[in-house]
Amino acid sequence: MPKEYRTIRGDVALPYKWALGKTWTRFFDGLKEEKILGTKCTQCGKVFVPARTFCPVCLSDMAEWVEVKPEGEILTWTFVSAKYYGQVKDPPYIIATIKLVGTDCGFHHFIGGVDLSDAKQVRQKLKTGTKVKAVWRPEKKAEILDIAYFAPLK
Amino acid sequence: MGRAVAVIGTGQTKHGRRPDVSYPDMVREVIMVALEDAGITLKDVDGVVHGTMPSMMEGVSSTHLYFAEAIGAVGKPIMKVETCGSTGQSIAHCGFFWVASGMADIVLVVGSEKMNEGDSQATMTTVFDPYFQRVFAAGAPGTFTMQCMEWMYRFKIPEDKGREAAAMVSVSNHDNAMDNPYAHIRMKVTMDDVKNSRIVTYPVRLLDVCPSSDGACAVIFASEEKAKKICKKPAWIKGVGFRGEESFFGESDKSIWPSATEAAQEAYRQAGIKDPLKELDVAEIYNPFTYQEMIFCECFGFCPRGEAPDYVLKGTFKKGGELPCCPSGGTLCTNPIGATGLIRLAETVLQVTGKAGARQVEGAKIALSHAMGGVDQFNGVTIVSSNL
Repeated sequence: MPKEYRTIRGDVALPYKWALGKTWTRFFDGLKEEKILGTKCTQCGKVFVPARTFCPVCLSDMAEWVEVKPEGEILTWTFVSAKYYGQVKDPPYIIATIKLVGTDCGFHHFIGGVDLSDAKQVRQKLKTGTKVKAVWRPEKKAEILDIAYFAPLK
Repeated sequence: MGRAVAVIGTGQTKHGRRPDVSYPDMVREVIMVALEDAGITLKDVDGVVHGTMPSMMEGVSSTHLYFAEAIGAVGKPIMKVETCGSTGQSIAHCGFFWVASGMADIVLVVGSEKMNEGDSQATMTTVFDPYFQRVFAAGAPGTFTMQCMEWMYRFKIPEDKGREAAAMVSVSNHDNAMDNPYAHIRMKVTMDDVKNSRIVTYPVRLLDVCPSSDGACAVIFASEEKAKKICKKPAWIKGVGFRGEESFFGESDKSIWPSATEAAQEAYRQAGIKDPLKELDVAEIYNPFTYQEMIFCECFGFCPRGEAPDYVLKGTFKKGGELPCCPSGGTLCTNPIGATGLIRLAETVLQVTGKAGARQVEGAKIALSHAMGGVDQFNGVTIVSSNL
């Protein structure tokens, strides 16, 4: 038997107030009204969601706001079977990146409205290109989970 | 490229669960090994570079300050570099730049992590932005599995074939780790063991995923003049490449992974490598996930896009194959993250200097090492050679 050595138990829990700035404040205010807002780059023409203050490609200001349809298609997804500290859902659940109609990037969110009892069955239903639509949470808090999840279109 | 730079010594701890040592003790352990390997003392060292994962991994901020004396940095310039999983390559590049610039002659580079003291996957979650993506971050496996799914869809890789090849990557890495006395996980696994292990993030299973390890690695860089004086068999740095990507996951195409591809191209350009599959003798790829090792093989030009599973299944990257990948057992069997990318470099140094023991690839002269970090955001590559 190797000798057991002592450990000391400690916790680090730190509070923060993360500033959203004007662009992300407006984005989250949009979610409260069931609107998904993006911005369009006047230089490269790309539309990003969530809205950005500057274009991640050109680094130029993105002053043009666009309301994006709450619909799109799955780029990629996975079925999460393990529990992770601080996550809002207990497994199993599905995470995905979704390309919303008229945008040029992936948007990270949950996929819901799917029977999760068997990963292989889920695999048959969800694919790259599967069309999905936002399902809104009734109570809004101006946060990303104002969208409850995206559900496959029937 | 600046001045020629060599690696004149390396050291590794025994990696795994290390409750037998405090963090500073563990780091001191590794620098003593590296100094002895190089045949120098701390007096010869002009500067120290250190790197880890985000400080939340161990719950002590700025760990390099906490154990400055343990890494031999008292009275010397010290730098900390942190790029998440790619930290090990970033600190190696930093040591290389420092010597290549002529501002130092001998630099000690140390990477370390104690992943079993905190909650490593919770720490990983804090790497995501706090407003948009963090709530969806299922540790590291969530992101990496989505990338693997994207890759299989993009290149129409049948799921069964991907599964078979990934299982073979796992078996091969576990076999290799049996030859590595420093490896954390040393056990034989079969194809069925992998395919029947529990699902973590579908289709990725437990034996597709690396462990959480405690461990450290140190590498000593020296100028040509010093290296020739001190070291019988130095390993020469022939090329370094590092690239970053946008922060939000979903913004760049991870199935062709631009940062991995371009980092390798940059390193190849400096090293004069045109056909990596033919010219490289061995590669140490940062492979925390089996499927990812295949994506990297494609990004590094070892095979055409979408064909890595075929190359894996015909044994190209196994020990004895055309280009052995991870004869150490790789990140898949050992992952003290802040050290991991530096371990990859240290392993290639052992290979090209003929010091890799049971895991030696016969006659290896030129080798690639690599690390990946962030939310699939950074990639770093280093080429070493036995020839100046």
